[in-house]
Amino acid sequence: MDLTYTEEEEEFRARLREWLGKVLPGLPPKPDPADWPARRRHDAGWQRMLYDAGYAGLHWPVDAGGRGATPTQHLIYLEETERAGAPYVGANFVGLLHAGPTIAAEGTAEQRARWLPPVLCGDEMWCQGFSEPDAGSDLASLRTKAVRDGDEYVVTGSKIWTSHAEVADWCELLVRTEPISAEVPKHRGISWLAMPMDAPGVTIRPLRTLAGSTEFAEMFLDEVRVPVGNRVGDENDGWRVTMVTLSFERGTAFVGEVVACRRTLGQLAAEARKNGRWDDPVIRRKLGRLNAELSALWRLTQWNVSEAQASGGVPGIGGSVFKLRYSHARQELYDTAAEVLGPDSLDLAREWNLDRLSSLSYTIAAGTSQIQQNIVAERILGLPKGR
Amino acid sequence: MDFQLSDDQRALKAGVRELLEGRFGRDALRAAVDSPSLDRELWRELGEAGFFALRLPEAEGGVGLGLPEAVLAFEEAGRVLLPGPLVATHLAAGSVEGAASGTVVVTDVDESGLVPWLEFADVVRGDASGAVPTSSVDPLTPLHKVPTAVGVPDGAVAALLTAAEQLGSAARTTEMAVQYAGERQQFGQPIGAFQAVKHLCAQMLVRAEVARSAVYAAAVTGDRLEIAGAKLLADDAAVRNARDCLQVHGGMGFTWEADVHLHLKRAWVRAEFGGSAAQAEEELAAAL
Repeated sequence: MDLTYTEEEEEFRARLREWLGKVLPGLPPKPDPADWPARRRHDAGWQRMLYDAGYAGLHWPVDAGGRGATPTQHLIYLEETERAGAPYVGANFVGLLHAGPTIAAEGTAEQRARWLPPVLCGDEMWCQGFSEPDAGSDLASLRTKAVRDGDEYVVTGSKIWTSHAEVADWCELLVRTEPISAEVPKHRGISWLAMPMDAPGVTIRPLRTLAGSTEFAEMFLDEVRVPVGNRVGDENDGWRVTMVTLSFERGTAFVGEVVACRRTLGQLAAEARKNGRWDDPVIRRKLGRLNAELSALWRLTQWNVSEAQASGGVPGIGGSVFKLRYSHARQELYDTAAEVLGPDSLDLAREWNLDRLSSLSYTIAAGTSQIQQNIVAERILGLPKGR
Repeated sequence: MDFQLSDDQRALKAGVRELLEGRFGRDALRAAVDSPSLDRELWRELGEAGFFALRLPEAEGGVGLGLPEAVLAFEEAGRVLLPGPLVATHLAAGSVEGAASGTVVVTDVDESGLVPWLEFADVVRGDASGAVPTSSVDPLTPLHKVPTAVGVPDGAVAALLTAAEQLGSAARTTEMAVQYAGERQQFGQPIGAFQAVKHLCAQMLVRAEVARSAVYAAAVTGDRLEIAGAKLLADDAAVRNARDCLQVHGGMGFTWEADVHLHLKRAWVRAEFGGSAAQAEEELAAAL
């Protein structure tokens, strides 16, 4: 058990920190969240800077154009960029953390050459077309169908919760290429397609969240033609292709956020000392417990990353354990923020209140807490499948 | 950074588990519950195995290992509900003659004012004058209460080792619940197939694993605050996991025959030792 970083790791950290210190002051200000074209420009600009400096696709394999960094280096990257207040991955999220790694792992040489470089340099953005109105947690029961017509699939159906749909060039789309039947159970018969978002028949309707923003959208697909060559993996093998990368989403997506939450907790304590709420021992004790909780979650992150490194870079199922606890801790943090703020917690212009609203999605997105508990119970503890 | 157990640490943990399962298995536990007394022979065997001298330098006849290794050993002790003033005797190794070898049993006056195993101990550290016996909730931890208590100097290490025992208990009750949920049939299937039961078990694992990261990290850094946080989370994991384990066992869990209540009662006792939750939370808040 060792929590010290190696000399190489510390060197990597120092170089990164120096680069961040140099480039961040010159960065344009954060765009208006409602202005999607501006958001795209901003996120693409940051990705280009990372690319030019050699930090793009840090955790991607070298033969996919990445840097082949170790999980620990990736951890350091997320820790340092968060600490320095660097931009988030933003609209590049799906391309860099999901569709990209999927294509890198399962795509042909031609597919890798076509799609991976533009993701790394920020020229092209991706969105995710997995969930449907009737297939959320039960993702495998999706119904959007793709019918083969010569060299093309004709896709009809609808998708929902498609983040960043408004600025995406490509969509990683799960479709049904075989209808569910006695011979084809629902996990079979699914295929993974790269669908161009400008194809005729694609309609996007933004969805407004309870936080007032339009982070995601509904997508309607009316006889959209997608070349067969855009299918990654075998026909009807899309479920396995998807599972290859889903663990990455739970494994590393929240690392930077834990660092951010610890910083927020410090600011909350400062606010409480300023506005007199610190005199309330109930508030103080809650802040103290959150300190223990967030420290432990950071240690759990280091534990999971070390485990991934030992097993050759594959994030284990520990991601579910982490996600379960972290999503609740984040909500607890912002509920405590509201207690510290008192009546000011009703003012959306005050810090933390929008984050409090956003935190409500954490126990739902990327697998609800209930689904995560099933995963932990069945796949780690070995309890029988059932209802 | 390699925050995983080294091969040596794995071997140590496995060795302690083997020793304790052989020497203090379930039959021994139930026999001890029926007639509580301190097993001097077992104490000496622990001494010979290096349990008490683990952190004592080799030059002083110890094993020369560190806090992480001690935490792994105490985690195993917590798993099997090993009775006796283990932490106090371990801490006294090097300063109290015979503690390291397990020939002398040492107990401490805790800052809570409680003294465990007072009538069985050879040496008491702290002022135990005016000690009155209490009717202890835990059949395997006899307790005395003293009117005024001063904390022992090694408070943080005592808290960490107690947290390690809590961790072992939390992991063990998770296993017990999962095993029972896989065997017990109701409505024509194992109760572990029901989400209501499944989710209790999943949360038990999450509590144990979060506590594990906190306890192991605190052992590596030795940081006072990190130890306070680890104790807080390990207390929670041990107490709440024992309660959930009891719930999963249903009516059986409420019986004296099932071991679940022994884990819960010991977890309650350990939670009172090494500083209260309120103290830890205040300390952690003050550092923000």
